[in-house]
Amino acid sequence: MIKLIVDGKEIEVPPEYTLMQACEAAGAEIPRFCYHERLSIAGNCRMCLVEVKGTPKPVASCAWGVRDCRPGPKGEPPEISTRSPMVKKAREGVMEFLLINHPLDCPICDQGGECDLQDQAMGYGADTSRFAENKRAVEDKYLGVLVKTSMNRCIQCTRCVRFASEICGVPEMGLTGRGEDVEITTYLESALTSELQGNLVDICPVGALTSKPYAFAARPWELGKTQSIDVMDAVGSAIRVDTRGREVMRILPRVNEAVNEEWISDKTRHIVDGLRTQRLDRPYVRENGKLRAATWSEAFAAIAAKLKDVKGERIGAIAGDLAAVEDMFALQDLMTRLGSANLATETTHAFDPSLGRASYIFNPTIAGIEQADALLIIGCNPRKEAAVLNARIRKRWRTGQMKIAVIGDHAELTYKYDYLGAGVDTLSELAAGKQSFADVLKGAKNPIVLVGAGVTARSDGAALLAMAAKLATDIGAIKDGWNGFAVLHSAASSVGALDIGFVPGEGGLTAAQMVGEGALDVMFSLGADEIKLPADAFVVYIGTHGDRGAHRADVILPGAAYTEKSGIYVNTEGRVQIAGRAAFPPGEAREDWAIIRALSDALGATLPYDSLVALRKALTEKVPHLLRIDQIEPADPAALAALARRGGGAIGKAPLLSPIGDFYLTNPIARASAVMAECSRVASGQILTAAE
Amino acid sequence: MTLSPQTTQAIRNAADSHGGAKAAMLEALKLVQAAEGYVSDAHLAEAAAKLGVSTAEIDSLATFYSHIFRSPVGETVILLCDGLSCYLCGGDAVRDAVMQKLGIGFGETTPDGKFTLINVCCIGGCDVAPAALVGPDRKLVGPLSADDLTQLIGGGR
Repeated sequence: MIKLIVDGKEIEVPPEYTLMQACEAAGAEIPRFCYHERLSIAGNCRMCLVEVKGTPKPVASCAWGVRDCRPGPKGEPPEISTRSPMVKKAREGVMEFLLINHPLDCPICDQGGECDLQDQAMGYGADTSRFAENKRAVEDKYLGVLVKTSMNRCIQCTRCVRFASEICGVPEMGLTGRGEDVEITTYLESALTSELQGNLVDICPVGALTSKPYAFAARPWELGKTQSIDVMDAVGSAIRVDTRGREVMRILPRVNEAVNEEWISDKTRHIVDGLRTQRLDRPYVRENGKLRAATWSEAFAAIAAKLKDVKGERIGAIAGDLAAVEDMFALQDLMTRLGSANLATETTHAFDPSLGRASYIFNPTIAGIEQADALLIIGCNPRKEAAVLNARIRKRWRTGQMKIAVIGDHAELTYKYDYLGAGVDTLSELAAGKQSFADVLKGAKNPIVLVGAGVTARSDGAALLAMAAKLATDIGAIKDGWNGFAVLHSAASSVGALDIGFVPGEGGLTAAQMVGEGALDVMFSLGADEIKLPADAFVVYIGTHGDRGAHRADVILPGAAYTEKSGIYVNTEGRVQIAGRAAFPPGEAREDWAIIRALSDALGATLPYDSLVALRKALTEKVPHLLRIDQIEPADPAALAALARRGGGAIGKAPLLSPIGDFYLTNPIARASAVMAECSRVASGQILTAAE
Repeated sequence: MTLSPQTTQAIRNAADSHGGAKAAMLEALKLVQAAEGYVSDAHLAEAAAKLGVSTAEIDSLATFYSHIFRSPVGETVILLCDGLSCYLCGGDAVRDAVMQKLGIGFGETTPDGKFTLINVCCIGGCDVAPAALVGPDRKLVGPLSADDLTQLIGGGR
């Protein structure tokens, strides 16, 4: 520890601290533009100047280590001043230079109201400019469909350059030229190829990079802000939903060190327009082969009439990727009352929750990736299945302390890896110790075996999962204090469904059996849009968008999207999180649990809860750990031994490819979004040059 | 047009002798410029690929240095000093004479592609002011005079 005196206050800080960190530890506030705690240090904006006693010039505190400070002549600790007249004058000088070429267009700038430069100019700026010459003009650049540029406003802090190369892993941005000629560019003006590029807008301390889809849409001070949880993937990133009136205007990340740090994927951020289009805002009933608008009572009556003589085992329910735990719980309850054990989700058929929780969650936790020293990715493209988690893998990989190997897609990930092969054979070879990476895994202290959708979506997923669990056990990935068996789910609903036991009951049918011809008479679909619904059953679709499921439905009951209801989601780590309600469902649409509750009444199988609170009480009585929000219920690793022992079933020869073809179009909200469609087109190379 | 095998090999060697790809980026740019006269987009990308760095990164470096040329130059590049010593020794007259003779201004290339004229600020040739650097070897010439430009553009014109 090193002793320092900051503004007269003596503190002790670790020797690896920078002066800025030390000053902050002492409670001083240091203004900055180029410094960002998750990026490398650039030291080029000079805003963080402080005075160090004994040095003739002010020093940039972000780039100065405390171990470089000299003690005083009598051995007294180094003295730092963050508020002296010299510091103020120095920072005012820096600010004056920063503002020389910065346009005074705050009233028409989208960053206005949440701009670091604007805020700090209030503290350190002059009221008038002494610069009478012309400001320089910089041409705007094309960075793709999500990031709008206004390069006159750029202060060359290079945060974006460092973000693109360090976090995204796409070193496509650069700072060209020198002195007055410097400009931020993507090399030869091409669109960025990252799923995290939306974060550039948050990273930029000024209005040079702003959100293209959100351009000139709203001002930050007129927005209502609701803390919530993302459902685009199973990571459960912390988000803030900004609304104006009834409308969701934008989605921003919140800091959650355990999950998403402060990044969110582009799908999470820019799906907003999908929440407005293609919405189901009133019930529909199919008559003579055509859907017609109906009232709620007509819709319920149609379902009741259909269900009258149907036996329990001829009824089934499939929950979709975006369903909240409460909705699934209510549907499960209703199905039990109707005498059916046919419950399934679209994505979890490979798992058996009766074995224990450890058999289906991401045991090492997302933050735990930073302790891992070997990672085997089986049947997964983390970049597409969980872009934010992929950034965490890259973060660990950049430290040089984690070796990575992949079985499955030979995809372009943002880190180097050993490609072992695509097939099941490779996995067997590895399990038998015939691959050299087996030694790396065995020698590792904290190895992770990551299993993705390329395994769990397959019909032989259960057997493959058992094989992976056996491999994890054999290489010693499961021991005291470390469980390296990691299931990366692709849907937000998966772990929640498994936690409440939303799986086929005794004698119940799986999802694949339910959609088979003649298997069911009546099928309830809770937003199941990825699976092909049966042609011969009577389909009741509870969902939000006029997507695949709604097209096949016989009765449509309009539900609420994730921003329009409060719901519990359990992420792939098994972390219980609660999404807040930011807006209201459109038209006659209602919250899903309330629809199921009302329907139960019409079917004469009334569910015993009249409010969300009562529902949650019933839910947490049955599954108590869902009460512990933001926590992960410890899972007993014995489940994995059981899973490994079980083995089970024949394994096909097909390669372990990730089923996610297009990152931008994985759910009904994304498919309704014009921005996502545009991203998808650009990513697939259909638009190569600027549209502007 | 791809880089010659010799240049490619020299770039590889530079990466070894400079202690890594990043350290060798500037050397690679100099090698490309020595072989091709200037650094085109294609050659920049090729050099980046050979070193295993990103094109954006190497472009940032290339554009930082004004003597790494990112656009085509003439066969002979004249770097004419407009620093203080040269100015005091009559550099302006030399400048006007050579501009008139070649019919180009600073930063321009003659239509026949023979000469490019660039102004630089002090080349350390104050003892021979007015001075210039000429040709691929950056040979220091001076003292120059407005009447005789042979040192700058040879006798051919």
